[in-house]
Amino acid sequence: MFTKYIFFFLSILALYSALMVLMSKKPIHSVLYLTLTFFAIAGHYVLLNAQFLAVVHVIVYAGAIMVLFLFTVMLLNLNKEEVSPKPLWIKTVVIIAGGTLMIVLIGIFRGYDIAIKTDPFLTQIGLVKNLGRVLYKDYLLPFELSSILFLTAMVGAVLLGKKEQI
Amino acid sequence: MGTFILYKTILASCILMISLLVAMYSTLIERKVAGFFQDRLGPDRAGPWGLFQPLADGIKLFFKEEFMPNTADKFLYILGPSLTMLIALLTSAAIPWGSNLVINGKEYPLQVADINIGILYIFAIVSIGVYGIMIGGWASNNKYALLGAIRASSQMISYELAMSLAIIAVVMMTGSLSLKDIVQQQHGFNWNVWYQPAAFLIFLVCAFAECNRSPFDLPECETELVGGYHTEYSSMKLGFYLFAEYINMFISAAVMATLFFGGYNFPFMDKLALSPNAMATIGFFVLFTKITFLGFVFMWVRWTLPRFRYDQLMRLGWKAMIPLAILNIVITGIVILIR
Repeated sequence: MFTKYIFFFLSILALYSALMVLMSKKPIHSVLYLTLTFFAIAGHYVLLNAQFLAVVHVIVYAGAIMVLFLFTVMLLNLNKEEVSPKPLWIKTVVIIAGGTLMIVLIGIFRGYDIAIKTDPFLTQIGLVKNLGRVLYKDYLLPFELSSILFLTAMVGAVLLGKKEQI
Repeated sequence: MGTFILYKTILASCILMISLLVAMYSTLIERKVAGFFQDRLGPDRAGPWGLFQPLADGIKLFFKEEFMPNTADKFLYILGPSLTMLIALLTSAAIPWGSNLVINGKEYPLQVADINIGILYIFAIVSIGVYGIMIGGWASNNKYALLGAIRASSQMISYELAMSLAIIAVVMMTGSLSLKDIVQQQHGFNWNVWYQPAAFLIFLVCAFAECNRSPFDLPECETELVGGYHTEYSSMKLGFYLFAEYINMFISAAVMATLFFGGYNFPFMDKLALSPNAMATIGFFVLFTKITFLGFVFMWVRWTLPRFRYDQLMRLGWKAMIPLAILNIVITGIVILIR
């Protein structure tokens, strides 16, 4: 199938750019690679017939959050390549924490039945009409509660960023 | 399947060619309009009425010296203008350019991709449109270019919000995110602009800001920033930035014509009783007339209004446009409920 090749292309792109986020020397390059990762994942959503999720993913992550990231990194002027060697105890802690996370992930996937029950290319749940029906009928309360959570976070950020009134 | 792919390829290439051609000649029209507003002739040396002026400009840009600052980030410096051009051309895929053509009993829609989330697709492209400018401005390693890029991105993020909120009112009326459905509901003279004038005005103002056009052309404000984000660019790389602005203008005029002015619909279209192919052709030219008029509005505003100050721009975006758009949504919702 044609979609299979697209799947492999997108997966390789996502993994490569995710690795490059960690390995690039310049912070700006890391941010741009992260954006590329988001695009590859949006492509996966399209393959799963979840167009709405794909487009919202691009609008929110690539279009808003990553632009703000880029903005901040540009203003901070982190361009100078200063690699300060971290002390040994930090390295040890990082390795232990990361290794534990990896063990947890492997444990999850070992116990999980990965075999796909339905054909992902034919499922209709990702189309905007069905998604809207599910969100506003079956999960109305959690949906509205999470929007209130976002609003609270926004108000909090504005309050924290505001200068003291004289 | 084979004819389908062939047809889509031909259609996509045609739309690409038309966008480039329109963008090329809008540079001439812009200068002619500027001449008209300032009571002078405008370019008239190259060919009759200056018709070859865009060709002369293009050739000039191609033969200018390539210059790259040696402190620039080489890859990103080249990526900037290319990305701007690519993203500018992407939007036209979702716009319905006419009703269906019928050839040998089979229907061929004059739209490259009829996705059921057409509007959101356009917003996604608009929201990533800022990358080309930001990358170019940063990679030049020049303070003025960086300032221009930062201005461009904060301006585009701010006006994107009001733009999408303005569209929500239209989507609420139509009940569909597909551009094709939105156009078909405006059949005849039933255009959205009569029902949603406030949404149209907000969208128009935001479109000026998104295209970095005057009165919101602060990213390239030459009195403060030399040339803005493209200060360090020369030759065809500069050409790409300038050219992408005209493509953006053409596409946003097309989006506005589609959303608010009925796309390819025109009054009394049912009384004509013509074949579908003739209707599709007439519809295509009707849409182009609307786009030309809206493009003229862009130029009209540019040569009439002075440039805003940066704090005025931000205040207008956040304190006038967004509350107005939200108010418009609330009123639309109430009216839909009552009806």
